[in-house]
Amino acid sequence: MTETLLSTHDLTAHYGDFKALFGVDIEVNKGETIAIIGANGAGKSTLMRAITGLLPHAPDAIRFKGESIGALSAPEVLDRGIAMVPEGRRLFPSLTVEENLLIGAHSRTGNGYWTLESVYDIVPILRERKDHPATALSGGQQQMVAIGRALMSNPEALLCDEISLGLAPVVIKEIYASFPKIKESGASVIVVEQDIGQAMKVADRVYCMMEGRVTLQGTPEELSRDDIHNAYFGVSS
Amino acid sequence: MLDQKTINRILMAFGIVGVALLFAVPIIGSRAMVQDLFGVLTLLILAQNWNLLAGFAGLVSVGQQAFVGVGAYAMFACVILLGLDPLVGILVGGFVAMALAVPMAFFAFRLAGAYFAIGTWVVAEIVRLCFAQWKALGGGTGTSLPKGTTKNMFGVPEIKELLGVSSSAASDALTYWLALVLALATLGAGYFFLRSRMGLGLQAIRDNDEAARSVGVNPTRLKAWVFMLTAFGTGICGALLFIQITRVTPEAAFSVLDWTAFVIFITVIGGIGTLPGPIVGVVFFYILQRALSDYGTVYLIVLGSIGIIVMLFARRGLWGLFSDKTGIELLSLRQYAPETKPNPLAQIK
Amino acid sequence: MIWVDTLVQGILLGGLYALFAAGLSLVFGVMRLVNLAHGDLIVLAAFVILTIATTLGLHPFVAVFLAMPIMFAVGWGLQTYILNRVLGDDILPPLLVTFGLSVVIQNTLLETFSADSQKLTAGPIEAQSVALGPTTVGLTPLLTLASAILVIFALNQLFYRTKLGRAFRATSDDPVTVGLMVIRPNNVFAIATGIAMVVATIAALYLGVRANFDPTIGPARLLYAFQAVIIGGLGSLWGTLAGGIIIGVAQALGAAVNPEWQLLSGHVAFVLVLLFRPRGLFPRAND
Repeated sequence: MTETLLSTHDLTAHYGDFKALFGVDIEVNKGETIAIIGANGAGKSTLMRAITGLLPHAPDAIRFKGESIGALSAPEVLDRGIAMVPEGRRLFPSLTVEENLLIGAHSRTGNGYWTLESVYDIVPILRERKDHPATALSGGQQQMVAIGRALMSNPEALLCDEISLGLAPVVIKEIYASFPKIKESGASVIVVEQDIGQAMKVADRVYCMMEGRVTLQGTPEELSRDDIHNAYFGVSS
Repeated sequence: MLDQKTINRILMAFGIVGVALLFAVPIIGSRAMVQDLFGVLTLLILAQNWNLLAGFAGLVSVGQQAFVGVGAYAMFACVILLGLDPLVGILVGGFVAMALAVPMAFFAFRLAGAYFAIGTWVVAEIVRLCFAQWKALGGGTGTSLPKGTTKNMFGVPEIKELLGVSSSAASDALTYWLALVLALATLGAGYFFLRSRMGLGLQAIRDNDEAARSVGVNPTRLKAWVFMLTAFGTGICGALLFIQITRVTPEAAFSVLDWTAFVIFITVIGGIGTLPGPIVGVVFFYILQRALSDYGTVYLIVLGSIGIIVMLFARRGLWGLFSDKTGIELLSLRQYAPETKPNPLAQIK
Repeated sequence: MIWVDTLVQGILLGGLYALFAAGLSLVFGVMRLVNLAHGDLIVLAAFVILTIATTLGLHPFVAVFLAMPIMFAVGWGLQTYILNRVLGDDILPPLLVTFGLSVVIQNTLLETFSADSQKLTAGPIEAQSVALGPTTVGLTPLLTLASAILVIFALNQLFYRTKLGRAFRATSDDPVTVGLMVIRPNNVFAIATGIAMVVATIAALYLGVRANFDPTIGPARLLYAFQAVIIGGLGSLWGTLAGGIIIGVAQALGAAVNPEWQLLSGHVAFVLVLLFRPRGLFPRAND
């Protein structure tokens, strides 16, 4: 049960001359849910962008199911079974809810756990609204469409970038209520979160990042509030 | 190794000698050479105006032939209908072109981005079709300047006397000098305009429309000004061109190939958005045209292909390539618009 | 009576303009690209049909089906090797590149086929006409309009009923995010331009059957097509059909008053529509 699915090894990334990641090592096991927490600018989103091939880096720095995927383009990475829920949702306004979901399965060939029906089962409201333009929904519903869209490709690893950003606590709770189902489907999940409480609830293990480095890692039970506070802000309280 | 300052001085000296030589061409050169260079200079004027428009104001007009045409027709109207001197007609041509730019801008500015290009083209077509209906100036078949008009043009008898040449050679010399002065004036005007407050605003808009707006630059008004001023320059040039040609038809005066397509390629190949670009481009164009003159339309195919290649691989044209390789900058606008590296932090999040 | 006849002729002419415009509208809808070489590509397609028809001794209505895959490949290649490299926020490079293409295509055709007028000979159907209520109309103009309606209908089905259409619309919305769905925007664009060239081939068939053509007439077709697209509203395919018909009717009415006014009245109609409806008749909501 500790088979490694996705891992990074001494991963560095740059924006032009600006170095944003300084040798990050993370490891995600099969079926595991990982939370990556940290303040604004800690490098969390950069890490996501690097994994999905949107940022250039060393070819060997990222391995997925034993294969080096660091040199692959974004579509190639995603084709291997890593799906991403982008920050800010990025739904397609010209498409209906159902079309937004279907486009997630655009290149899928085989069958899998996730179909329109199984997505609608975890968020029934989407079934009612399936013919509405996706951007006519509430923020929380839109977020669920974005997650559903990523699930439709039946990924082995699902990357969620700041999915609770700008949403009300009660809505965030509803979104995370769907996570056990996702876990049940066998996918590994990486959530990037600023909402530490939420992250600790769903995650099997937590990585804390600051200034482009991993400063702390462990299971939620192992980590004390103080540890996290220090790792998060870099100062002793 | 020479430093930038010395290089600039040497180049400046070459420039002054070059300009002096150009002024002397009617005195020391052949008449064919004068006529050839007149063609080159007028294309240069058109290219400089289009460069200001497209390269600096971002207004990609494919309708500049409208201004050439009305400039030419206004000049003909002054001479034929009002009996004025052609030189007065040239000035009138410029103002009429500028007047046309007002409704044209009012219409074409409604079309966003790329559709502006075809919008200006449609207006040019409308103007062409309207002038084809103007029976007093020959309608669709066009008309010629009355015999002797150019011989009696203001200044021609004096030049004839001075150089001891025929009237037609003297009129060629006069139009040539006018073209040279106009080309230099356009270059100078472009340089000072771009370094002025307005020009600064223009470059700010080109970099970021929203940001420019937020610091109080009104992009539409500025662009409208550039549109009108370049229409003036283009109209004057059109009138001047057709004094030389002496015959005007709607097809020739409003030719999209002659007055816009060539001009676009000259600017693109030379270096769009740089002041020396049109000069480099017009020299390149002239050489190409001469080299391929025996092969019909092949030079157009070559010209178009080079234009495409430049846009694909060297967007700042031959001048941009030269400038990047050597570090030499002429007529640089840099002092006022320093190039800054993008802030890397701005891209995160 | 004559006015009814003129009106009908104008509507039928509009069918041809809508065919010119449909490809332009499709490409603009998917990638916001204004292809200044569109008119010349239609003329190129007409020469491809002509060459196939004469060398293989085929009827143009048969030859057009062989020309379609060729033109699809032309569009696909053009997009993949040239146009995809210049798409972006800066509108200048795509405009200048397609303008360059226009000049290159036009003059290459001139070198290859000379400036002589050509025609696609379709035999007896050219002269046939049908009684339509109070007027009689030519069979080919009628076929043109029918084809235009069919093409626009088919493109709409493609856009709103198929997986490919979904990818078109999503790519048009957000080419970056679409990459997260394992859709390569550049491939989507290449297919779209390929399809636009197939439509251009259909347009070329009727262009060549109805009247003479030569290598230089492309830019004028571009202008009609452009006017139809803008009048209809950017990105609306049925709007493009309406726009084509408006231009056609305006030209026919102008020509009925004075033959010299045909082109002028089409252009003037375009300007008038834009003065009152700057975004066209049927603008897309989210543009």
